[in-house]
Amino acid sequence: MSQDTVKRDRPWLMRTYSGHSSAKASNELYRMNLSKGQTGLSVAFDLPTQTGYDSDHPLARGEVGKVGVPIGHIGDMEALFHDIPLDQMNTSMTINATAPWLLALYVAVAERQGVDTSKLQGTTQNDVLKEYLSRGTYIFPPGPSVRLTTDLIAYTVENIPSWNPTNVCSYHLQEAGATPTQELAYALSTAIAILDAVRDSGQIPAERFAAVVGRISFFVNAGIRFVEETCKLRAFGAMWNQLAEQRYGVSDEKQRRFRYGVQVNSLGLTESQPENNVQRIVLEMLAVTLSKNARARAIQLPAWNEALGLPRPWDQQWALRMQQVLALETDLLEYGDLFDGSPVIEAKVRELVAGAEAEMARIEEQGGMVQAIESGYVKRELVKSHTRRMRDIESGDLSIVGVNCYRETAESPLTAGTDSGIMKVDVQAERDQIAALQAFRAGRDAAVVAAALEELRAAAVSGANIMPSSIACARAGVTTGEWSEVLREVFGEYRAPTGIDIAMAGQSGSDAMDEVRAKVRQTSQELGRPLRLLIGKPGLDGHSNGAEQIAVKGRDAGFEIVYEGIRLTPSHIARAAQEEGVHLIGLSVLSGSHLELVEDIQAELAKIGASELPLIIGGIIPEDDARQLQAHGVQAVFTPKDVDMNAIMATIVNIIRRDNGLQELA
Amino acid sequence: MPDPSGLAAAVRRRERPALARALNLLDDRRSESRQLAAELLRLLEADMADEHGHLIGMTGPPGAGKSSLTAALISVWRKRGLRVGVLAVDPSSPVSGGALLGDRLRMKTSSDDDGVFIRSLACRGEFGGLSAEVWPMSLVMLAAFDVVMIETVGVGQREIDVARMCDTTCFVAQPGSGDSIQFLKAGILEVPHVLVVNKEDMGAVARRTLSELGTALGRAHTDGNWEVPVLAASATAGSGIEALADALSAHEKVLRDSKCLLQRRRQYRAQWLLKRLQEEFGSHGIGRLGGEQRVLERLATATLSLFEQHQALREHLLGAADKTHS
Repeated sequence: MSQDTVKRDRPWLMRTYSGHSSAKASNELYRMNLSKGQTGLSVAFDLPTQTGYDSDHPLARGEVGKVGVPIGHIGDMEALFHDIPLDQMNTSMTINATAPWLLALYVAVAERQGVDTSKLQGTTQNDVLKEYLSRGTYIFPPGPSVRLTTDLIAYTVENIPSWNPTNVCSYHLQEAGATPTQELAYALSTAIAILDAVRDSGQIPAERFAAVVGRISFFVNAGIRFVEETCKLRAFGAMWNQLAEQRYGVSDEKQRRFRYGVQVNSLGLTESQPENNVQRIVLEMLAVTLSKNARARAIQLPAWNEALGLPRPWDQQWALRMQQVLALETDLLEYGDLFDGSPVIEAKVRELVAGAEAEMARIEEQGGMVQAIESGYVKRELVKSHTRRMRDIESGDLSIVGVNCYRETAESPLTAGTDSGIMKVDVQAERDQIAALQAFRAGRDAAVVAAALEELRAAAVSGANIMPSSIACARAGVTTGEWSEVLREVFGEYRAPTGIDIAMAGQSGSDAMDEVRAKVRQTSQELGRPLRLLIGKPGLDGHSNGAEQIAVKGRDAGFEIVYEGIRLTPSHIARAAQEEGVHLIGLSVLSGSHLELVEDIQAELAKIGASELPLIIGGIIPEDDARQLQAHGVQAVFTPKDVDMNAIMATIVNIIRRDNGLQELA
Repeated sequence: MPDPSGLAAAVRRRERPALARALNLLDDRRSESRQLAAELLRLLEADMADEHGHLIGMTGPPGAGKSSLTAALISVWRKRGLRVGVLAVDPSSPVSGGALLGDRLRMKTSSDDDGVFIRSLACRGEFGGLSAEVWPMSLVMLAAFDVVMIETVGVGQREIDVARMCDTTCFVAQPGSGDSIQFLKAGILEVPHVLVVNKEDMGAVARRTLSELGTALGRAHTDGNWEVPVLAASATAGSGIEALADALSAHEKVLRDSKCLLQRRRQYRAQWLLKRLQEEFGSHGIGRLGGEQRVLERLATATLSLFEQHQALREHLLGAADKTHS
């Protein structure tokens, strides 16, 4: 049969999560990606933009333009979409705590482009609840955060009807260790919390509420167990349909459809033999495309070398081509659902639904998702699951090719180039961005800015919808830091539970663990007091899995662990280490700012007379950087390759021994 | 090894590195360190005339919000120009002996403030929640800070030990949990000098707990000359914190005015030292010293510093043990 006569389904939206250095550089990247056949944009913002700081704020140092594009004001947003007409684009923005602000900037730029803003299409992630559990770019306490989420939803449903105002994320839950059951339960419980809040806010008349439910979309993860993942997505569809109908009385079947976008799993991507990640990514893509009735609306794939550092344009192109081959070359889109009626699939779906419903009932009993997050329950459950996963990898119960089995490899030509197979952000980019920001500030009408901020403050205090005053701020030239600062003053800042206060059964028993414990005990005795470690996450990066796992493991090995969660300044870490009398500082940095942050922390330690404290670091750290860090006195550098946690603990013990003039233990 | 007199002088000058080193030294169980630690404490004790600072114990069930309340109090005290030291106690794992010390997280204040110093401690299975090192550490803290707060793991029968080392004990109640009433029945609530119901922003539930405690406890403390106030506060909303700080300092003033402070501290020290002796030598050893009462009297009336007394008693017992073994 020729292709002309077969009716093929329309392919999903193809995106690449990208953005770096500056609005101008990112704009060039976007236009290049679109010319290669990408059909939508997925904007990655840098951490200062995500956490509401201007590029020249002390906490932003080293982070500007690193994991995404810095957007400080309307000028940056305009440059980001230069020559990209917004009425013809579908833009997904991974933005949460500052989502109302970035949408306000987007609307203001559309106005400047002369586009009818009611026609805008795209997505704001706008799911702060999962930020408390994973990723960590929250700012405000849960109450005000839910209110901002609600305001954005209410605004777009009435004014930008094709916008997806929130992407409830199970993606990051899986990255934090969630099992498929937990993913289902926590994502749907989050959706309930948000929808209930919109309903209770009274901003939408009851007869229009079905439209709100119809606009809720999801952002899902797909791991390597692709059969189970397919079942998970079918379970999502069934549960959402039922929830929309029964809890919210949505009668139109179309408005009950589970609409989702996907980024496939990054957690399972390995640093060792990174070329194997290509087949992992392809298999994971199958999980979200094979079943027509549970197929993704939009897909973005990670690059094969994500665990090594920032992907280059060629790496991103490769990821896009994977999608194109599946959609255009294969016959997948010619068929109806391949799994309907399969007893194996249906049984697995039923099992997942039952498990998820039981967990949702536990959340409901606690008063809902917000309460279960505030009490630390959800985070603890996730840390438990992740700890189990790490233990299984360590024991070999969970096979990861190239990591805990089949480790021998020939030298890879892929990582042999002069750039070691990754991209480096030009350090000059941060300085340029700061200079441009300061010039922009100087050129504004200060009175107009002040008046707009006062209007914003009044709305924040009174409970009026935050969007109109935010859009007015965008037009007036308010900066990201200024917008956030006003809301920080009104709402306060929040520190989420770390979830590491878990008790894991069966921690002893393994010989390797007993051996480490003996070493910790012996060294504690020789040094006269328990070994103490400070685990610190400096900077704005909120990916705390690594730090949490080390903290839990350290406790189980017999260390006393001081862990204060994410987003600490170098001075805070240095002073805490001194006050707590720790033997060693362990840092975790995944944003790529390790060089700057280590330099700053060493300077702070010197300032308070504590330079003698040994420092180790873990994170996504390219080899060149690792060598540089070690040359500057960092005692050990751990990367995702290092999965043997007992070995990490033993190394820590020996560093402490060396530092205190004791013989190292074999 | 640090030099005790240099260290004591630096602690008195509130030098942060010295404070950290002094606390590390008190944590150190090696015998040569124990000697130095005793010397450090003797020097600090001699110099302070025993009356500097206000030592407050904060106790209450887990989840009542002790750390958040401590954080809120810290900012009130800082506004009043007081320097604050905190000893925060967390539980240890009974299996590995390791611990996660997370209280700082909830006490996050300006990290550049030299007027605040927080040291976390694992309870290490001793004293039903209070590590043996807590009390000597509080002495070092008192030498450098105006207010020193000991925050406990939770509350239980044995945890009222915190009351046996602090000038003022504050109990934090959790609204709506039956705990407070249980503690009341168990007599634990006779110990604290100030009661506070946290999370008053929870509304009706908080008001009910407040009135339950208020009616049960609106009476004089066994200490005499002190009416136990029952307060409401909210660490998150920032309400009632000033009043709580006022109540705590009112109690301190009563102690000072009635000249009880010194006597009380010496008594507590004697009890603590007795406990250490009991731990080391068992009740048998105490018996050889003439029994608890005799030891307490001897410690309380000693002209030597308490630490020298302690050393003398230890040596006495160790000497006796050596003789029986030889």
